[in-house]
Amino acid sequence: MAWDYIFEGLLEAFKLIISGNPELYDILLRSIKVSGLATLYAGLIGVPIGVLLGLSDFKGKEFVKSIFNGLMGIPTVVLGLILYLFLAPAGPLGFLNLLYTTTGISLGQMILILPIVVSVTVNSIESIEEDIRYLALTLGADESQMMLKIIEEASPGILLSLIMAFNRAIAELGVALMVGGNIFIKGGEMNTRVLTTAIQMYVTRGEISMAIALGIILLSLVYLVSMIVNYIQRRWVEA
Amino acid sequence: MILLREVSKTFGDKVALRDVNLEVKEGEALAILGHSGAGKTTLLKIISALDTDFRGVYTFKGIDVKRDPGRVRKCITMVFQHPVMFRGTVFENVAYGLKIRGYSKSYIQERVEEMLESLGILELKDRSARKLSGGEKQRVAVARALVLDLDVYVFDEPTSNLDIENIKVVEGAIRGLIKRGKTVIFTTHDFLQARRLSNRMVHMEKGEIVRIGKTERILSDMFL
Repeated sequence: MAWDYIFEGLLEAFKLIISGNPELYDILLRSIKVSGLATLYAGLIGVPIGVLLGLSDFKGKEFVKSIFNGLMGIPTVVLGLILYLFLAPAGPLGFLNLLYTTTGISLGQMILILPIVVSVTVNSIESIEEDIRYLALTLGADESQMMLKIIEEASPGILLSLIMAFNRAIAELGVALMVGGNIFIKGGEMNTRVLTTAIQMYVTRGEISMAIALGIILLSLVYLVSMIVNYIQRRWVEA
Repeated sequence: MILLREVSKTFGDKVALRDVNLEVKEGEALAILGHSGAGKTTLLKIISALDTDFRGVYTFKGIDVKRDPGRVRKCITMVFQHPVMFRGTVFENVAYGLKIRGYSKSYIQERVEEMLESLGILELKDRSARKLSGGEKQRVAVARALVLDLDVYVFDEPTSNLDIENIKVVEGAIRGLIKRGKTVIFTTHDFLQARRLSNRMVHMEKGEIVRIGKTERILSDMFL
């Protein structure tokens, strides 16, 4: 009996996916866009910070690194709550009108994933052999050319940081729910419903097949992105 | 050309170099002999301006290396004992030094192919450099240095762990540099190699230069 309930849900879910249910695909595209933008922003800010941190040597560097490492595990619900308090109309950043917008979710997710991008980039830069630095220098590179070479050598790790960040962003619920509000109006332009908030809502409503369908899509997306990155990394390492 | 005065280097409590005084003239071929841990590689890194954290004075053509290591590195290159390869093909590895110096694509293409051919590795041009055998990597490392027209070439045990064929090729390349009047400094454990390639020799022990002079004389001092 219990298994029938799950199998029926799965069957319905596959039907929804194959039939190209517009609501389902609308949510999927919005999720990719929102988390993709968050990853882009985090990459633009986090990669340069990670590179500089990885290449520099100063007192307190380990402390700075430990802060970013610690922030990687921040609970999304806590971050969502903090962002809600700041972005609410009565909050200090209320004037930005970012609450219940997709831009707000993107910015929130960016804050969530920035420590991942920074920490993994730092590790990638630091893992490059010291001899590679010496090699670039002895072949005539100046400091900036040497840094570019190290970034190039560390690029598979930097790419990995962005993918880890994207997967964390698209799979998180706390920020999307508290900052986005899970708004959905048919044909509306202000919709903020994404995969995770939709799954949560359909489960509470008892619409299990739709929740399973979205869950399958989310898992497939995360795996697909990981597989593409694995492939690119393998090619890179082989080169 | 190269002038070291009272150069010392320590790693924590360990003394790697102690009060080294050394002068190398233009066009000299200098061999540095010594047991492992004698300070040979440390000395080469300092000469190549890769390590400027030392006590004493080192000037290259009158330039204070501690003040302007970048300028010195444009004139000296070092080939490491264990060849390190950049990610990418053999061609990309050998072309790197020319590329960052801003040479045209056609010149780089021509020069790199010429160099690979002279070292017998032209057929490896498009292979992944990191997938080569040890001997092939060493030839690529030598090609990568020789493709640049510099004043000084520094080799850290250039033929250790190589088979006879690769030793011949690498020694041939070093001999070619010496014939062209370039300054060559290399470390080796092989007395015969020192005799074949150098005209002056340094013998190091425990971070100090214990003998310095004409190769033949130092060798006869050591063995007779």
